[in-house]
Formats: sequence, structure tokens, C-alpha cells
Amino acid sequence: MATAARKAPAKSKSDGKSGLSAPKPAEFTKDEELAAYRHMLLIRRFEEKAGQLYGMGFIGGFCHLYIGQEAVVTGMKMALIDGDQMITAYRDHGHMLAMELSPRGVMAELTGRRGGLSRGKGGSMHMFSKEKHFYGGHGIVGAQVSLGTGLAFANRYRENNNVSLTYFGDGAANQGQVYESFNMASLWKLPVIYIIENNRYAMGTSVSRSSAETNFSHRGASFKIPGIQVDGMDVRAVKSAGDQAAEWCRAGNGPIILEMQTYRYRGHSMSDPAKYRSKEEVQKMRSDHDPIEQVKARLIDKKWASEDELKTIDKEVRDIVADAAEFAQNDAEPDPSELWTDIVL
Amino acid sequence: MPIEILMPALSPTMEEGNLSKWLKNEGDKVVAGDVIAEIETDKATMEVEAVDEGTIGKILIAAGTEGVKVNTPIAVLLQDGESAADVGKSAAPAKAEVPAKAEAPSEEKVEAAKPAAAPVAAAPKTEIAADPDIPAGTEMVSTTVREALRDAMAEEMRRDGDVFVMGEEVAEYQGAYKITQGLLQEFGPRRVVDTPITEHGFAGVGVGAAMAGLKPIVEFMTFNFAMQAIDQIINSAAKTLYMSGGQMGAPIVFRGPNGAAARVAAQHSQCYAAWYSHIPGLKVVMPYTAADAKGLLKAAIRDPNPIIFLENEILYGQSFDVPKLDDFVLPIGKARIHKQGKDVTIVSFGIGMTYAVKAEAELRGLGIDAEIIDLRTIRPLDLDTIIASVKKTNRLVVVEEGFPQSSVGDHIANQVSQRAFDFLDAPVITIAGKDVPMPYAANLEKLALPNVGEVIEAVKAVAYR
Repeated sequence: MATAARKAPAKSKSDGKSGLSAPKPAEFTKDEELAAYRHMLLIRRFEEKAGQLYGMGFIGGFCHLYIGQEAVVTGMKMALIDGDQMITAYRDHGHMLAMELSPRGVMAELTGRRGGLSRGKGGSMHMFSKEKHFYGGHGIVGAQVSLGTGLAFANRYRENNNVSLTYFGDGAANQGQVYESFNMASLWKLPVIYIIENNRYAMGTSVSRSSAETNFSHRGASFKIPGIQVDGMDVRAVKSAGDQAAEWCRAGNGPIILEMQTYRYRGHSMSDPAKYRSKEEVQKMRSDHDPIEQVKARLIDKKWASEDELKTIDKEVRDIVADAAEFAQNDAEPDPSELWTDIVL
Repeated sequence: MPIEILMPALSPTMEEGNLSKWLKNEGDKVVAGDVIAEIETDKATMEVEAVDEGTIGKILIAAGTEGVKVNTPIAVLLQDGESAADVGKSAAPAKAEVPAKAEAPSEEKVEAAKPAAAPVAAAPKTEIAADPDIPAGTEMVSTTVREALRDAMAEEMRRDGDVFVMGEEVAEYQGAYKITQGLLQEFGPRRVVDTPITEHGFAGVGVGAAMAGLKPIVEFMTFNFAMQAIDQIINSAAKTLYMSGGQMGAPIVFRGPNGAAARVAAQHSQCYAAWYSHIPGLKVVMPYTAADAKGLLKAAIRDPNPIIFLENEILYGQSFDVPKLDDFVLPIGKARIHKQGKDVTIVSFGIGMTYAVKAEAELRGLGIDAEIIDLRTIRPLDLDTIIASVKKTNRLVVVEEGFPQSSVGDHIANQVSQRAFDFLDAPVITIAGKDVPMPYAANLEKLALPNVGEVIEAVKAVAYR
């Protein structure tokens, strides 16, 4: 994936009424760069630890890591205001950390313990937080798109100023209900940002093998939903696109699509050997486009942080993750009585 | 020969209608396609077009006549050269019977069930036992199930601004089956939302809105179409409360007609009671009477859980007494003893009750005093009421229209055998629809559905009579 192509504005004849093009990456202040660095690093280290705990048998079932895609949720979070909702599919740990959910709560859910966000009853793919407006964590590919559209419906119904951030992948983008939702969102001018995290593989099937239209920012054309292609490896580009999209929605223009061009370094899930792509492809993304390294390089270039200062941040992040892992391994399993709670109210 | 113009059937379940207006007078010439009259069905006002060319010789049914049966001659059309004197010499078409009214198959020993489209009215009247949830002495108003459902929604929408209704044709069309009639006028398009034909999508939008705290009523034009949306109903609505450790659920009602209507064949004739009753996290309500439809729909809208509310198109037009109370809400999960009896327990729900009620009346003539339990809610199932009745009668027959395997009746039979085996004097008999896709042909459709004869035979069998 050529960086130039990724940064190209999404303007084309099939853009419907949009007239929108990818905004220039925001110029971050020192504080913003440092915050982005810290948040992305937390996700990276957390996911590495989750992978390790999976290998040790502490985490069961399916476990989908977000490593490589950290800039997407981190940049989008910077565009939110209080009360904005977020919903995604099953690759959700990073989204939860971005929504400031406790690393202990997330990790303990992964290990199926009582201190987990869903008290051990949801697992890696199904976590929620009403308090932080995080609506899951959904295991059915594409289902969250209709649900996220419903969150936006509630915003419009209540006439508040909030926006629903509805995330899905390039694989889910081929599900039928996505387009049913696009149609309703556009008809009813619902404030929803559809964030398509195009990490180039729907499980093991590459975008070109599964999608007739591989420019996902055009997927709303039939519904007059504008779309923007965004360099999802550059947190500044994500933040700028997020700001523009949120402004579009809050102004009452209805939905918008952001295609985040990103990449996952790990397999689809822990049990995926990822033989459908070359090691070189992965290595090239890591060395040329890593979202964290990009911020780190800028911080050092601009002399906003020294290597030592960054190491201190790294140490603090590692401590948080170690604490979460420690908690998640030692917390008790749910009480057997929990089997019968929370079924109906 | 003059041609008789017959009262047309304008919907699958139409039995009769009101001849509201003549647009042509005697002596007027008409050509094919001319609108000659307006007919009001329980669902809509429809225009009647002339099929043949001629002159209206005589109007047989005056404007304003109510309850005109389908196939009744309503006017006589004279053709060239004929005069009013020829009226009365009409050609045959009028005499053609509607297939749905064909004679019952002769192998039925007992009087066979009337076609599903002609339920309770014809049967000897069963006195409905007083519902303990309705205060004694309450004034009762005869109300159709359709009106009861609409009133329930309107009352709850007045009470709570978070309640809204969405679905196909619910607003401007006034409801495909007229259940949402008038709601758009009272509550406006913000709260009465026409959706595209997009069951999967709008079910998900409804669940998302419910997760955000609104209280949607999602109407499916029929539950057959909810198959498109069943993933959102089960995976999103029913499971979120559990998967979130109790943090958020989906206070939503999915409602619409369920089961067989009349002559709509396999894809439009399926009962989903057993399907949804399988799912923890859902409540499944299936009323028979208008009072239950109203009281339970109001309860469903207030309930914080996802509710499957199964209605029936054939019952929509039927009238029952509904208590005149400011706020009539019934408990979900509680069966109602429809008629007290001592010899045998008949358990049913929804339209299945029509067979039970008719059979009970005939059984009385045979000296068998049956108790009828209307489940009203399929999940949570009120097994206590069933078991208390079985302990009294020692005999149980369950009646439903759904498919036989893994039916609601199967579950009840299993539970009763585990919890009240020693009280049973005979094996439980379950009566269900036949194990076939619903056929179209009138005679086959009738054979596929349960019938009163089967219920009577089953009761006699468990009573060893």
C-alpha cells in the first residue's frame, strides 16, 4: 500500500454529494503528540500481553489483537465530545482502552474473571460500558453497524449533539445489513460516522479477493453518503478526518464514511498463522508505517521528548499492563450463582 | 343474460365487508375498469371496479349496508338488449362457492373445524372465566384485537416519550394491517417511523436505540419476515444484558402477526412461538383475547427486556370484552384460566385457543367438563398454573398451530411428566400443525392445521371415553 495513494483525497464522481476530501493531517501540539504516543503504546503493550496470556492458557476462546491499528481508535477518540458513543466488532480491546476503560477490567474479562467488565460473562469479543458510552464488543460480523445506526437514531430522537462512532472492517463492509443501515442513516440524517477499518484482510481473504469495489470510501455512494480515505497509520490524519466527520454529523448533514487504511500485524485471531500474506509485507508495514514509531520520530525530531523521557513513558505503560495482567490472572472466577444472573431484568 | 356483480374478497382473511358507497346509479353505463362502489374491510376502504361492460340494472345491496358476505350479489349488470325486466335471470357466476368454504373432508368423524378464517363466532358461546387481574364490576367494552393493540401503543406513547414505533407502512399507510392506525396523526413522524423494507437493518437500528435507552416498538409486517432479522433479535437483543454483566439490555418490543393467516402458503404461514421460546433473554407473549392483547402489550412496552409479541391476523378483527380502565396492564408470565373445569385440562395460546374453545363447547354436550388454560405468555412459561390444573383433572391436552417437533406442547408435556407424573391418568396428548410446509390449496391447508375434531378426540382419549 503506497502512502501517497492512501493520502489521496477521496473525491471522485461516485462520491455522491460529498465534495469532501481528506483533510490535511492535523499539526499536533507537544501535549497531543505525547498523549497519542502514550495511548497507542498502552494498546500495543496491552495486546502483546494479551497474546502472551493467551499462549499461557489464561485467555480462552477467540482473541483478536489490534496491534498495528492503534492510530485509528486513538485519533478518533481525540475527535469525540462527552456522550459520543462507540461501537465495534470483536477486535475491540483497543477501542475499550481508547474509551478509557480500565485495563484491569478489560484484561480480567479476557481471563474470564469476576473483575472483568462483563463480570466474566462476555469475554474478549463482548464487552460494554454504559458509563463510558461503549456499546460493545459484538461477535457477529456487521451486526454492530445496524446497532450503531440505532445509537445515532437515539441521538437524533433526543436532539442531542452526539455522534455514534460505528466501526467495522473491510470484511463486514460486504454484509447486507451494512447497506440497509446506510440507507436508513442517510434517509433520516442520522449522526453516525461509519469507520471502516480496512486492514486489508477479512480474516484470510484479501480485499481484492472479496470486494468488487475496494475503495471503501465509495461504499456509501448509492446512499448519498460521502466518504473519505484516511491514512489510518497516521494518528494526525485520523484526528483531522475525525474532526471533519464529527463536524459534518453535528451540523445535521447525516452520516459519513471514513475508510481507515490500516494494517494488522498479527493474525486474524490467535489461532491464525496468517499464511495468506508474506512476512515481507508485514515487515514493510512495521518498518515504514508503524503508527507509534511515526509519533516517536516526530517527538524526537522536534526535541519534544528525549529517548529517556519516552522510555519513562514506556515504563509507566508497562507497569499499567503488568498490573492489569497480574490482576487478571489472580482475580477469582465468577461466583457460580452468576450463571443465572442478568438473563432478564 | 344479466351478470351479477358479487361482493369481492379483497384480502386473504376477508369474510365480509361494508358496502359504504355506490359510485354508479341504476341505469348508468359502465365499462371494465370503472369504479362502481367503495367497500370497507376491517383493514381498508377499497374501490370495486367493474369487470364487464353494461348498464347497472339493479342495485341489490344498498349503500351503507354492513356485514355483506363475500360473494353476495350486490348489483346486476345488464348487457346490450337487456332491460330491467331481465333482472333475476342472472348467469351462473354468482353461485360459485369460494373455495375456502368448501365442504370439510368427509373422513372427519366429529364435525371438522371451520376454516381458520371463521373462528369463534360460529361456536356455542363459552363463558370466559373472570380474570382475577380485572377488578370485579369493571365496565367492559367490546373491542377488536386490532383496536386493543392500537390503544395499548397509543396509551404507552402518551405516557412515555421514549416509546416510539417503527416498521414497514406503520405511519403514512396507517399500518399494513391497520394496527398503527391514527398513531402518525397523534404522535407525528418522529415517533411513528416508516422504514424501508429492511427487516435485518431496522431490527438492528431498533436494538441499538434500545441499548441507548429508548423503548422501540418494532412492527414486523409478519413474523415470517422477521427471519431476516432473527440474528439481531437473538444475538443482539436477547444476549446483551448477559454479555454486559447486567450493564445494558434492550427494552424493545418486536410485534406483528404470526402464524397462518388464510391461503398465504408456506412462506407466510409459520408460528414462531416455539422458536423464540427457546431463547434465554427473551420474553414471548402470544395473546388470544383483545383484553390480553391490550394489557400484555402495555406490559411488554414497559418491560425492560426484549419481548416477542406474537399476534394473529385472523384474530385482529375479532371482538372481545376489554375492561374500561385508565391503565390496564397485565402481568407477563401468567396464564389465564379461560374456563374452569374438572375433567381434563386443555392448554393452548393465541389462535390455538379457537380450537380449544370450540371443542370445549362440544365436549360439554358429551358430559366432559374441560378446563381451558390460555398461556398468554410462552416464555416465561406459567407451569405452576398448568400443573395445578393437572393435579385437579389428571389429564392434559395441549393445542397449538405450530409444527409438532420441539413444539411448545412438547416442552409442556415433558415438564408435566417430570413434575406431576404421579397425577397423570393418561399420557399427555399434544396437538399441533402437521409436519409439513403450509400448502396453498384450501383443502390441504385445512388438513395441515389442527382442527376441533382432533381436540375432541384427544380429550376423549385422555378421558378414556
